Amino acid sequence: MKRLRVFVRENSRNPNAIAYTVMAIGALALPGIVQFANGGNGDFLVSLAADGGVYVLLAIGLNVVVGFAGLLDLGYAAFFAIGSYTYGMLASAQLISSPIHHAVHIPFWIALLIGMFVAAGAGALLGAPTLRLRGDYLAIVTLGFGEIVPRFFRNMKDWTSGVNGISALDVPTLPFWITGPWASTQLAIEHNFRFVSFNPTAWYVLVVILIVISVIGVNNLYSSRLGRAWMAVREDETAAAAMGVNTVNTKLLAFAIGASFSGFAGAFYGAKLSLVSPDSFSFIVSITILSMVVLGGMGNIPGAMIGALLLYSVLYYFLPGAPAQATALAHNLGMDWLNQSSPDGWPGIAEFIHRLQFIIFGLILVGIMLLRPQGLLPSRLRAQELKRGVHDESAVVTT
Amino acid sequence: MIGALARMPSTLRTFGGSQVSNLVGLLIVAGALALTLQHVLQHSASFFFQILIIGIADGTIYGLIALGYTMVYGIIELINFAHGDVFTLGGYFSLALFPIFGIAEGKAGFGYVIPLLVVAAITMLLCGVVNVAIERVAYRPLRHAPRLAPLITAIGMSSILEGAMYLWRGPNSLHYPDLLPLTRFNIGPVNIGVKDLIVITFALVLVVVFTLFINLSKLGKAMRATAQDRDAAQLMGIDINRTISATFFIGAALAGAGGITWGLYISSVDPFLGFITGLIAFTAAVFGGIGNIPGAALGGLLIGLIRAFSDSYFDSSWTEVLIFGILIATLVFRPTGLLGMRVPEK
Repeated sequence: MKRLRVFVRENSRNPNAIAYTVMAIGALALPGIVQFANGGNGDFLVSLAADGGVYVLLAIGLNVVVGFAGLLDLGYAAFFAIGSYTYGMLASAQLISSPIHHAVHIPFWIALLIGMFVAAGAGALLGAPTLRLRGDYLAIVTLGFGEIVPRFFRNMKDWTSGVNGISALDVPTLPFWITGPWASTQLAIEHNFRFVSFNPTAWYVLVVILIVISVIGVNNLYSSRLGRAWMAVREDETAAAAMGVNTVNTKLLAFAIGASFSGFAGAFYGAKLSLVSPDSFSFIVSITILSMVVLGGMGNIPGAMIGALLLYSVLYYFLPGAPAQATALAHNLGMDWLNQSSPDGWPGIAEFIHRLQFIIFGLILVGIMLLRPQGLLPSRLRAQELKRGVHDESAVVTT
Repeated sequence: MIGALARMPSTLRTFGGSQVSNLVGLLIVAGALALTLQHVLQHSASFFFQILIIGIADGTIYGLIALGYTMVYGIIELINFAHGDVFTLGGYFSLALFPIFGIAEGKAGFGYVIPLLVVAAITMLLCGVVNVAIERVAYRPLRHAPRLAPLITAIGMSSILEGAMYLWRGPNSLHYPDLLPLTRFNIGPVNIGVKDLIVITFALVLVVVFTLFINLSKLGKAMRATAQDRDAAQLMGIDINRTISATFFIGAALAGAGGITWGLYISSVDPFLGFITGLIAFTAAVFGGIGNIPGAALGGLLIGLIRAFSDSYFDSSWTEVLIFGILIATLVFRPTGLLGMRVPEK
């Protein structure tokens, strides 16, 4: 008990520890609260939260590339696509209609690892020829890669069904599973459990477990020799090389490890949605993930996670719900004329709010960058740099 | 660059070394040309010339947009993602201005030349003002921030502009009035439309005037000096902020003109047109050598041609893959582009 008290006192001023605690409690309590608040009909929200978990995984992965190693990646969705398509092809009837005429059904747990390694391989493959490029040039190459990969999958009709995408993917199975009131059923042990789409709680638990594993892994990487090498390369590549850091391997590993997270996030996403289509991996996805990392605080793992959760809830919960809210509000205020579309171009308030979403997204990006460029929960090192400005040489001299 | 190469392990140095990469690059180009030639020979000559003209017309429009990218990148090293949307905005502004000047479809004639030019001038002015405002609000406060910050605001601004057009005229693509004469005539095997000629001439004149402006005028000299070394330029008494604003203004004016030309040529605009067009124009700027003004024009022309030929002789669904492949290949094998001389690396 005393040790606990000491632990709490030591960490009560540490924003990262607080963030982890809040997120852990929130993650545990969310399904119960959501079900309770909606009278047992909260499955939709739990499912939404599980999808949000995919973005948390993606943000953790991109944080390795952009936040730790300082390599700007504008095409991260490409690795997400590669992970999803790997799972889609290896765990469905898809390959029957392909030139090899045999369906492959690899169990989810193994396919998850395969997706991870395939994405990591793609990351290394992209990284290898581009390592001598720096800064913006690297960003442009990743942007090009991110545009090519979804189009490639869309065009390879024989293998991927083109625009229709791959559907009816295998679901993960487990020998047993515990269900209970949190999934609005009796407490029981279920044998030969299958993850089905009408049981979002199971998916939610799975993604939370994946996130926990990822956070532990990335935290260890961060404090390892490799993590320090990443930061050295980020701060000054020349100095890092002079200190004996193998910059080529370091950057390649950053690309590969960063990509591996989106690889298994992609496999999970494909399995949960039971559909992989080329439209899910456009440039806007890459930008959204990057914004999540920057919004939360680059280089800080809980920061990136919080950024992902916040931006995800704004983009996928509040904005889609806003038109209906606005309609109800106008109705309650007795201004029903706002809800009718009129011939002079007014589309009705629901449609108007719906059309506003691009502007709102843009304003969020611009506003955060102007008001708090270090992000909501910045890493301490990063915050100092931003305050003093590494690009301003006079400031460096005076400190 | 030499320093960067010296730090690399020897295996990578040979990979990145100029002879090997030049050889590989040349082989790729030669292979692509041979394949194209084989496909060209399977079709008639008049088809070839028709595609050639479409390619040149598209290419000059891409060149117009690419100039803005290359100038802004040259001067503040920012990929101005909002630039493609300023181009779309040109189409939207001119669409709104046409009724004011009594321009409507179906009554084309010489009486329209002056109003059309006036509309073009006002549109270019408006686009320039919008872009200067964007620079003032979103990029200038972040000039000393890390590189990622202005890049994110640029993407945000792009989203805001797209959203504004979406809000203004709705999500559907808009019909752009057919104002140019549809007459076509033959010169030997070449069937050419008056419309093609007008579009190509208009865009070419703008590119040439602009290049002359950069090379000869005092402001152009200030821009080149600022691009080369901002601090030194400031020491020489150049007002940096004014020069950067002027760069954004001129780049956007060219993009706005590009928007009108695109509308007149393709006859439709939609709020999200600028995204992909902007990326392709950006590829053109990189292809020609980013920061290099004749390079952007040349890159635009080549990308337009590649696009037209790939669309009609090969498979149009692979065209964008090909173009972004060129983007990556350019940066890997020849990061300075076709005509690039300066290597912006900091």
